[in-house]
Amino acid sequence: MARIQVQEALFDMAAESAALTAGRTDVGGVASFLGVCRGDDGLAAMVLEHYPGMTERALGRIAAEAEARWPLTGCTVIHRVGRILPGEPIVLVLTASAHRAAALEASAFLIDWLKTKAPFWKREEFVGGDARWVAAKNEDAAAAARWSAKQG
Amino acid sequence: MRILYFAWLRQKTGIAEEDVAPPAEIRDIAGLRDWLATLSPGHAAAFADAKQIRAAVNQDFAAPDHPVATGDEIAFFPPVTGG
Repeated sequence: MARIQVQEALFDMAAESAALTAGRTDVGGVASFLGVCRGDDGLAAMVLEHYPGMTERALGRIAAEAEARWPLTGCTVIHRVGRILPGEPIVLVLTASAHRAAALEASAFLIDWLKTKAPFWKREEFVGGDARWVAAKNEDAAAAARWSAKQG
Repeated sequence: MRILYFAWLRQKTGIAEEDVAPPAEIRDIAGLRDWLATLSPGHAAAFADAKQIRAAVNQDFAAPDHPVATGDEIAFFPPVTGG
């Protein structure tokens, strides 16, 4: 059962990672993806909006799909919402498994699907006051689609 | 029927959610979208580009031909950009 968390607060990556191995000896590897807010083009902050209820449901489904495709011993997805400053983390994906291939592939799958199948929207606020909604990227759709073609 | 708007659809309509009672002939997401667009100039602006709008029915993504019914929670939003 994956740990799914949507929160405004910062998270502790080391503690989350340690929780996946605590008290067990069957884990051979923990893979991680940490998404960080880049400060391109005078970005002052990123504001993350989501659809409470549907977000947790969508993330739970994506994690369940990862657990069905790979033999994971643990899985954690934490996504921040609200105002996020350049340099701060946005999203954490952790996957633990007996062997590295499953952990690495599952973490890539989770972030690829999360980007196209979970109801989050980013708004960029710039130094000087301009703001704009981030548009969805074709390459994100392509990255997600590569996991649909393949049987896990 | 409860309607929720997110991101720039919320900004353009000026509301985050509303209760509506569309006419009986509105049976799917596409029909509902076209009907909602007639409610105000803000709604018209929000729904102007149908290609840029996604929807969910009862918190599951739904295609334009997905049926809608009284009591549903229906959300309209742009393509998602999380991660």
